[in-house]
Amino acid sequence: MTDSKYFTTTKKGEIFELKAELNSDKKEKKKEAVKKVIASMTVGKDVSALFPDVVNCMQTDNLELKKLVYLYLMNYAKSQPDMAIMAVNTFVKDCEDPNPLIRALAVRTMGCIRVDKITEYLCEPLRKCLKDEDPYVRKTAAVCVAKLHDINAQLVEDQGFLDTLKDLISDSNPMVVANAVAALSEIAESHPSSNLLDLNPQSINKLLTALNECTEWGQIFILDCLANYTPKDDREAQSICERVTPRLSHANSAVVLSAVKVLMKFMEMLSKDLDYYGTLLKKLAPPLVTLLSAEPELQYVALRNINLIVQKRPEILKHEMKVFFVKYNDPIYVKLEKLDIMIRLASQANIAQVLAELKEYATEVDVDFVRKAVRAIGRCAIKVEQSAERCVSTLLDLIQTKVNYVVQEAIVVIKDIFRKYPNKYESVIATLCENLDSLDEPEARAAMIWIVGEYAERIDNADELLESFLEGFHDESTQVQLQLLTAIVKLFLKKPTETQELVQQVLSLATQDSDNPDLRDRGYIYWRLLSTDPVAAKEVVLAEKPLISEETDLIEPTLLDELICYIGTLASVYHKPPSAFVEGGRGVVHKSLPPRTASSESAESPETAPTGAPPGEQPDVIPAQGDLLGDLLNLDLGPPVSGPPLATSSVQMGAVDLLGGGLDSLIGGTNFVAPPTAAVPANLGAPIGSGLSDLFDLTSGVGTLSGSYVAPKAVWLPAMKAKGLEISGTFTRQVGSISMDLQLTNKALQVMTDFAIQFNRNSFGLAPAAPLQVHAPLSPNQTVEISLPLSTVGSVMKMEPLNNLQVAVKNNIDVFYFSTLYPLHILFVEDGKMDRQMFLATWKDIPNENEAQFQIRDCPLNAGEDSEPPTPAPRLYPGPCTDWGLPRPCDPTEAASSKLQSSNIFTVAKRNVEGQDMLYQSLKLTNGIWVLAELRIQPGNPSCTLSLKCRAPEVSQHVYQAYETILKN
Amino acid sequence: MIGGLFIYNHKGEVLISRVYRDDIGRNAVDAFRVNVIHARQQVRSPVTNIARTSFFHVKRSNIWLAAVTKQNVNAAMVFEFLYKMCDVMAAYFGKISEENIKSNFVLIYELLDEILDFGYPQNSETGALKTFITQQGIKSQHQTKEEQSQITSQVTGQIGWRREGIKYRRNELFLDVLESVNLLMSPQGQVLSAHVSGRVVMKSYLSGMPECKFGMNDKIVIEKQGKGTADETSKSGKQSIAIDDCTFHQCVRLSKFDSERSISFIPPDGEFELMRYRTTKDIILPFRVIPLVREVGRTKLEVKVVIKSNFKPSLLAQKIEVRIPTPLNTSGVQVICMKGKAKYKASENAIVWKIKRMAGMKESQISAEIELLPTNDKKKWARPPISMNFEVPFAPSGLKVRYLKVFEPKLNYSDHDVIKWVRYIGRSGIYETRC
Repeated sequence: MTDSKYFTTTKKGEIFELKAELNSDKKEKKKEAVKKVIASMTVGKDVSALFPDVVNCMQTDNLELKKLVYLYLMNYAKSQPDMAIMAVNTFVKDCEDPNPLIRALAVRTMGCIRVDKITEYLCEPLRKCLKDEDPYVRKTAAVCVAKLHDINAQLVEDQGFLDTLKDLISDSNPMVVANAVAALSEIAESHPSSNLLDLNPQSINKLLTALNECTEWGQIFILDCLANYTPKDDREAQSICERVTPRLSHANSAVVLSAVKVLMKFMEMLSKDLDYYGTLLKKLAPPLVTLLSAEPELQYVALRNINLIVQKRPEILKHEMKVFFVKYNDPIYVKLEKLDIMIRLASQANIAQVLAELKEYATEVDVDFVRKAVRAIGRCAIKVEQSAERCVSTLLDLIQTKVNYVVQEAIVVIKDIFRKYPNKYESVIATLCENLDSLDEPEARAAMIWIVGEYAERIDNADELLESFLEGFHDESTQVQLQLLTAIVKLFLKKPTETQELVQQVLSLATQDSDNPDLRDRGYIYWRLLSTDPVAAKEVVLAEKPLISEETDLIEPTLLDELICYIGTLASVYHKPPSAFVEGGRGVVHKSLPPRTASSESAESPETAPTGAPPGEQPDVIPAQGDLLGDLLNLDLGPPVSGPPLATSSVQMGAVDLLGGGLDSLIGGTNFVAPPTAAVPANLGAPIGSGLSDLFDLTSGVGTLSGSYVAPKAVWLPAMKAKGLEISGTFTRQVGSISMDLQLTNKALQVMTDFAIQFNRNSFGLAPAAPLQVHAPLSPNQTVEISLPLSTVGSVMKMEPLNNLQVAVKNNIDVFYFSTLYPLHILFVEDGKMDRQMFLATWKDIPNENEAQFQIRDCPLNAGEDSEPPTPAPRLYPGPCTDWGLPRPCDPTEAASSKLQSSNIFTVAKRNVEGQDMLYQSLKLTNGIWVLAELRIQPGNPSCTLSLKCRAPEVSQHVYQAYETILKN
Repeated sequence: MIGGLFIYNHKGEVLISRVYRDDIGRNAVDAFRVNVIHARQQVRSPVTNIARTSFFHVKRSNIWLAAVTKQNVNAAMVFEFLYKMCDVMAAYFGKISEENIKSNFVLIYELLDEILDFGYPQNSETGALKTFITQQGIKSQHQTKEEQSQITSQVTGQIGWRREGIKYRRNELFLDVLESVNLLMSPQGQVLSAHVSGRVVMKSYLSGMPECKFGMNDKIVIEKQGKGTADETSKSGKQSIAIDDCTFHQCVRLSKFDSERSISFIPPDGEFELMRYRTTKDIILPFRVIPLVREVGRTKLEVKVVIKSNFKPSLLAQKIEVRIPTPLNTSGVQVICMKGKAKYKASENAIVWKIKRMAGMKESQISAEIELLPTNDKKKWARPPISMNFEVPFAPSGLKVRYLKVFEPKLNYSDHDVIKWVRYIGRSGIYETRC
């Protein structure tokens, strides 16, 4: 009980004295001195000058002293790397000590010394310790690998420590297993692509066995690791869940939450009809409620997680409302979280109780809490329609208390209630107006002004009220100024005679005296509207407002799914993905819930590959014949193009042809009973090789227009990148006009409006010929299809690649940017046919170095005029289909020619040279560039050769691509 | 994982600072002090993010313990670890106070080195730790090889909480069923929420490696057994209780509980918490509080509170305390009570009424006149609920211990030789009635 004296030495010359003491002969004095050093170190004094003296004390058989010296070393070795080398010998020697505690201590400490030279010496002792006979040493060595990896990842790989660590997962001692799992999980996080942990049913089984035996902390490591695994089907998911559920009764809340994470994640894979699914749901509620009797800090973590769980699966806790009632002495952070969950669980069944509670809370002392309670009452009104009336009267009661912040908060929520239930509660406006003077917060003032403006016709003295706000216009916040401007314009439109002066005044205040651009712009817009067309102004300003949506404050579904994978961790506490608060690459691997696959479902289509497999495993299912597969998918999913010369059936035939010929090797040429499409959808979600990504992006085949070939719509802007707006689209050319067919999907929770589009300058001057017309606001989960006509008269700038188009789309939320590549054939004009003489002359005229030659492989030209039934019905092909490669009775050249012509590539002449068909073709781009082509087709050979000549040779590559696309479709 | 661990006194001075990860610098120590301990506003969350560094803190009396990290760690684990660390420190040197921490800082560093490696929590069972981390620096050669390997196998072993070779002349065990009953009642006497959170604490002084089996009147077990003999179901079925949820000490075999609902374990030596449970159905509420508050004009309040005890008349409740909140502008209070002593405590803004003992099925009353200073504060008095404290010698949940069987196959003592003691204590948790 005397150690505290070390904290009190503050006199000068201390270091000098300590030095003397450290070098003393007396052991006790030495130890005392080291203690003083550590105490100084703790309070932040620099005692690095004593380094050699302290290290000298290292050679001791006193374990306590040794530990103190080690502690000092860990702190200062980095600043004195050369001196630290002095310690290496002792470490190496200690690693051989007969006492396992000392061996472990040495290897543990050595790993904490971040000096390159020491690290080198660490390798050999570490290797031995990883195979030590004593489990205590092994479990310490396992963690040491993670330490070493943090210092020098390459070294760890080179020395083969990762393999040794993997072996430790099968160790007989549960704690060694747990530490190995923890170390591997952390190392794997910094190498997201590596398959370090290599989770498979066997290793999972080992982990589940160790789970029953190891310490509480070990259980957490193992459960967190299990959560990263994706079971192959619902049966495996269920069996893992069954073995994890007993953990829900563990006294350690972290074990419980990690178990909940595994269950919540694997539940995604279970069919809802399963009995087990229901059982599991029931089992989840009690442990979650129990977490609320833990210490307040843990309650807070639990509540933040419950908030996510309630949003993901509201059914789990729907009957447990009462446990979230706030207790008088809960810490404020617990109170606020409970309140949030109460509102989420509010329903018609329990609303009376909830309201009674909320009213109670609104009289408490903590201002934040009271505000939130008042707001909650408003949210209840919006969420549960039947309760709206009671909520409004409760709010009115609260307004009567005249407590300033309560009144303000109430007014803000009442505004929302008006929006949700128009023409129902306006009778309370009079009461609200009485409190006008007490409002001093911008949000409340803005809300009140909105109410006055919106209901100006019912408020006799609306003009006076608004005028009173106008006096201090420039002192108001922007929010209030904007609202006031709008409200007065509304008032003017409703009562034009008396308020002309007022509106003049506000318009001039907004436009002339303000330096806020938003305010000024809005002012000008109103001014011009009013002065040019008051009727239009009325339509614009007094337009009917869309109803506000029911639930507010919900987390975006994509983010929610990600956060569910992070239950128990900081991410779930912050409600933010780790990338938002973790630096560097560590731990920011994007996680997502496994897709639902049930073996019962796959029974319907036996060819469906398990979609639950991680992307990396996909190639096992489909041999890595990238090109072939790409073509196959392209054909199969391609829209039935119904250009006149190209029958729908031809496309299907093309697919079949390829399946028969190309896939022969895959399916062994035996009876192949499946619709050709069956194997394909399963792979859609999983990217197979980067080269194919373009083709995989095709989602639906909507391309029924006649005209040149239309590629299926591809996702251009994923919802993740655009706050919930997903854009997919394609380009079409139809009778001389180009258009961009867009499909906008709202995957966010709020309504989207005010769409607009703009292109960056591009190589061919593509520009929207009309504004983007989205007629109605896009509500959540709604999709709208728009065809945007394009012109080619925009400004020109050469892009790289040539057909790159950069697009900006704006909506009420933000502006989003994406770029896409357009196929060149949309630029082939209808009058692109050159006459023969001209062609010949031009061909000669263009220098030879401008000629480019390309091979178009595997193009299904032979399928031109086949008339198979158009539906991809299951068909039976008897035996190996050897005859698929033979020429078809029709003329392939003719087919190609007509196919190309529909995309404005015109055949000028045709010749037959040595059994090969030569097509001479011409095409013209919108900017007047002519391209001449020679296409050589060999009957029976699926490839053909294309030679292109053009004065602007850079387009050749893209023309070739256009050829390929057209011919293959 | 945890990057560092700091302990501060109430002034924000560092007492202990141990950094485990390279990404945590010395400035983190100051960041926490400035942004949390010295923050102007009261901290509103136990997790704080300062410049992409996350701080977890708990407070024990006026000592701050903070864990710091830059990664996406398991937050629940960090808090569990901080509590565990408090337990370990308390087991070594008693109360966590500035003085004790300063006096034991070497020991604390030694513990921190052992129970947290590179930020990963390791075995933190005090039983195991005490075998090799002692306050008198042990010298390695004093231990025999067997002793050493025994220590390491215990620290890493499956039964990390108990060492082999424990011997007692008298095999004895104590079971305490400790319950805290929580209530929130409306002024009209409607139960808004009520639950019991209970703990079964066991003190075992048993030789060898005893295999124990614990049984209680759990409804699910009773009903399962009752299937064979319908007779017993009707008899004991009434007395069985529905347990909403329970959690167990890590010595309990959870998979066995999950499949058979039997509680079997090898206990640590000495005192430990065997289980925690929660019930919400059929709770015996030991006391009922009936408040009556009347405002007489603007300067006077009349308060009358009746408490009724609701249990067997033969039992005695103890340490009864009723706390009646008074408004902030109270100028004077006159109290009259039939039983016990009542006092107005101005510093706590409450009338505190204490009764030493009270038998079951009795009733007692207090009435008070509160005089108020006139204020122009518009805000109404919030009327905090009336809270109550008490202790009763039974379990309000109705839980009964049916048996605790001990088997030690290797040593020659049987279940009958073990002396067993069972005790029930029901305490008030948050026991509030709104007025």
